[in-house]
Amino acid sequence: MNWFTKTFSSTVGRKIVMSVTGLFLCSFLVVHLIGNLQLFRNDGGEAFNIYSDFMAHNGIIRFMEIILVLGFLFHIYDALVLTRRNKAARPVSYANSHPEENSTWASRNMGLLGTVILVFLIVHLWNFFVPARFGGLEAVPDKDYDNLYSEIVLAFKNPIYVAIYVISMIALAYHLIHGFQSAFQTLGLDHKKYTPFIQKFGVAFSILICLGFASIPLYFFFFV
Amino acid sequence: MDLTLKVWRQKDKNSPGQMVTYPVKGISPDMSFLEMMDVLNEDLLRKGEDPIAFDHDCREGICGMCSLYINGRPHGPERGTTTCQLHMRHFKDGDTITIEPWRAAAFPVHKDLVVDRSAFERIQQAGGYISVNTGGVPDANAIPIPKSIADKAFDAATCIGCGACVAACKNASAMLFVSAKVSQLAMLPQGKAERKTRVENMVAQMDIEGFGACSNTGACAAECPVGISMENINMLRSEYLYAKATSENI
Repeated sequence: MNWFTKTFSSTVGRKIVMSVTGLFLCSFLVVHLIGNLQLFRNDGGEAFNIYSDFMAHNGIIRFMEIILVLGFLFHIYDALVLTRRNKAARPVSYANSHPEENSTWASRNMGLLGTVILVFLIVHLWNFFVPARFGGLEAVPDKDYDNLYSEIVLAFKNPIYVAIYVISMIALAYHLIHGFQSAFQTLGLDHKKYTPFIQKFGVAFSILICLGFASIPLYFFFFV
Repeated sequence: MDLTLKVWRQKDKNSPGQMVTYPVKGISPDMSFLEMMDVLNEDLLRKGEDPIAFDHDCREGICGMCSLYINGRPHGPERGTTTCQLHMRHFKDGDTITIEPWRAAAFPVHKDLVVDRSAFERIQQAGGYISVNTGGVPDANAIPIPKSIADKAFDAATCIGCGACVAACKNASAMLFVSAKVSQLAMLPQGKAERKTRVENMVAQMDIEGFGACSNTGACAAECPVGISMENINMLRSEYLYAKATSENI
């Protein structure tokens, strides 16, 4: 192995990969939420449909889509490698253990939370991304773009979907509450001048982003 | 005080172990936890049974030999305390106390509650030193070190290498120990010469020993008997990145 692969296959290096991809995925969440806020416009979904048509066919977005998929893959792959290693590091567990006395629940259950998010991601892609990207949607009458909006209205009439989406956003919030500030620590970015701000910002970011996403299925279920 | 102890008993490295229950009577609240164990062991010896093996040395909280995972916490329920400095007044008459060895693949159980912590020694040998002769005493003002740096380096140097951080961590990660050893030397002028090679080699050895990765749960720092801070772990990471990006080692 050369120095580069050695660096990023060490435990410290793999966490750096987790951290960088994690923060990149956080930036994706912001863009995704801002785009989705157009669902709240009272225009029968016109603005949202134009936006989603653009996202499905623009070349730059196509390219960023590949980067995004790679971000997810590296994040998930390193999580699996590290989790296996961490389990092997303690083959015999304690008969009596009280980790709640020294650490938060979210920090100890990032893998579980991540798995919930992964399952959600598959459901979510299947619901909206696959039909929007690969066809299967009806076109808006007299327009040259598809009607993703009507698909969303339909999906969120189903209380099971609404429940899956809201629960997953709670899992995402807990994942981010630990993950956001942890990512900065993993990069060694720690200073008494700005670390307290990063920690507070991380909590606010996690809650606001996830509230924003969770409000969409709830809005469609109760008000549309 | 009368207590019920549930203690991990294991004959040797290769034997399977199990939790065994022992009643102990007449314990004074002024005894240390290890003195309470001594009372139990004297009782076992009188009965002709094998006494419980546990590590201890100075019994003053400075040597790092004592360990024990007591009631689900390394060094017991009190913060900033080694097991030898934990007193029985923190328990109640009639309590049941579970006592287990540190659990980590890198810390195999020797016997009962004694684990082999030589993995820490090997990490130290990989770079936790300064290879210059001390020579004569330099003038006190010849090497200026800012007070804040001196304080931080000293705080990191208080690590007694007991392994509570590994025991507390859900991943059995040794990051707090390794980072204390790395940052203590990296901050001081005497340690600068080997700064890059040190962090590279110590992290590599840490991985070879089979410790887990750090999830930033903070459990290590919360349970550390001498209060080593998570800041050291973050310093290790920037040291590591800097070294990997700029060192001469391919």
